[in-house]
Amino acid sequence: MTAGALAAPRVRLGRSARRAAHLLAVLLLVTLAAAALVDLMPGSPSAAILGPTATPEQLAAMDAEYGFDRPFPVRYLDWVGGLLTGDLGRSVQSGQPVLGTILERLPVTLEIALLAVGISLLVAVPLGVYSGARVGGPLDRVVTAGASALMSIPVFVAGVVLIYLLALTTGWFPVSGWAPLSAGLAENLRFAFLPAVALAVGETPTLLRLLRGDVVATLREDFVRTAATRGLPRRYILFRHVLRPSALPLVTMAAVVFGRLLAGSVVVESLFALPGLGGLALQSIPAKDIPVIQGLVVLVAITYVVVNMLVDLGYTVLDPRTRAR
Amino acid sequence: MTNTPTRRGGTALWLASGWLGLLGLLALGVGLLPLPAPDAPVGGPNLPPFASFPEILGTDGIGRSVLSRLIHGARISLTVSIGATLLAAVLGGLLGVLAAYLRGFAESVIGVVLDAILAFPPLLLLLALAAVVRPGVGTLVASLGLLFVPPFARLAKAAALARLNREYVVAAEALGAGHGRLLFRELMPGCVPPVASYAVVMAALMIMVEGALSFLGVGIPPPAPSWGAMIAAGKDFLAMSPQLVLVPCAAMFLTVLSFNTVGEHLRARVDPGAGDAR
Repeated sequence: MTAGALAAPRVRLGRSARRAAHLLAVLLLVTLAAAALVDLMPGSPSAAILGPTATPEQLAAMDAEYGFDRPFPVRYLDWVGGLLTGDLGRSVQSGQPVLGTILERLPVTLEIALLAVGISLLVAVPLGVYSGARVGGPLDRVVTAGASALMSIPVFVAGVVLIYLLALTTGWFPVSGWAPLSAGLAENLRFAFLPAVALAVGETPTLLRLLRGDVVATLREDFVRTAATRGLPRRYILFRHVLRPSALPLVTMAAVVFGRLLAGSVVVESLFALPGLGGLALQSIPAKDIPVIQGLVVLVAITYVVVNMLVDLGYTVLDPRTRAR
Repeated sequence: MTNTPTRRGGTALWLASGWLGLLGLLALGVGLLPLPAPDAPVGGPNLPPFASFPEILGTDGIGRSVLSRLIHGARISLTVSIGATLLAAVLGGLLGVLAAYLRGFAESVIGVVLDAILAFPPLLLLLALAAVVRPGVGTLVASLGLLFVPPFARLAKAAALARLNREYVVAAEALGAGHGRLLFRELMPGCVPPVASYAVVMAALMIMVEGALSFLGVGIPPPAPSWGAMIAAGKDFLAMSPQLVLVPCAAMFLTVLSFNTVGEHLRARVDPGAGDAR
């Protein structure tokens, strides 16, 4: 160690206590930053929301209702207190509770994100296994090049091109809009398919590359050679012996991708006019609906932190080797 | 990746570098080109490509030159993405090396801050920022740059940790080198190549994020041309003039692909054992 003198004395905590402290610190910073969004606004938030025609009485009424004029610490504590009891305030636009509005929109985003992860896995698993099984072979070269190309397609480019090819030119899918599950599963999937594929385009290469690298490494293991000498069919070895150790990292990555899509579906929701979380965010921004924006940011961030922690915990439970660092 | 990195990248690398070079030249020299102004009409709306000589890409929905907007848009995309990448790489690189060098409490503090930044969904946070701050090149570079500090810091920390106990560092310490010398003369130079090659890959990501923001209408405010905004405006004419969308889409795809190709090649050369850091 080079800088022993500079290092502060380390507080000795258990591993889980250290992790919990870290998590709490991250959550503190996340909520502080979300609450501070209002303070980045030039001028008073009430004036920005109500526009230049607002009378002083209206401004004062809004300040009183939303507490924009109170000092930051008071506002923060009040807001976090509300967050802990499930009360995120009311939307400036609709007057409805923020949490209810968000929960109402959640299923749409959840569905296209889940579909997108499903499609990615469906494509990535066979291609990743087979291209990793024969590195440098024709399939591997096509898949590797294809993955690089897919990775370079921004989600809105994928969406617009999909709309052009599969909705406008062929008419197979609707150009935009949404049908809830109550309208029937087939109808629902017809509307959800293109947005999900557009999301999957960018995420498939991530899973594919991870799996391919894993497969290449696993194939060098002794147990694979043993299985081969036992005369087991190659396909059986690939999917029963080789895929199994990669399942954990693959599921982890899929969870991370899912978390990313929950927040990253804004573009797709805007393009396909879906009534999900992204659509809500886009509506709230021109209206400067601060309570809704803050609620969205902090809920997604908390979800992300918690998913990451669960993935971490899952690792230690499922794979004892990762316990000792 | 177990692909053996080829020292010479082959045709793809040359094509990618060529495209980036061409784009860079066009973006730098856009003022010298005989192009019409990107925000003023030059003819009727939705003129097809190749209909008249200077407007080989036609005109958009309100009669503006697509070619001129494409090249001016390249300038904005490149400025934002390269500026933000530089900011993220320098800040992240410094923080990462510091965290590796100081360890202990400072490392924990840096780790908590980075995790907090990572926890924020980038696009959502950028949207939220756009609601409260007026977007412009400066604010975009700053917000994108700060958001993407964590991956650079992680990379730099790993690179610095790998070098911390190398003979040359230990020798310098034994010779009585101070913190400044150890940090800036011994540790940092070794961390520059991995960070720099990762920066090229990140520049590709920045172009995509900047494009997404412009597409959503919260990037560089109109009428300034940007590829994302061109795609967003063109999608209303997708049925009759698909080139309004497909041309900027192709430009964006080629640029991102080129940055990725060059970046992956550099990364494979700098650190043959490195997997995907994302």
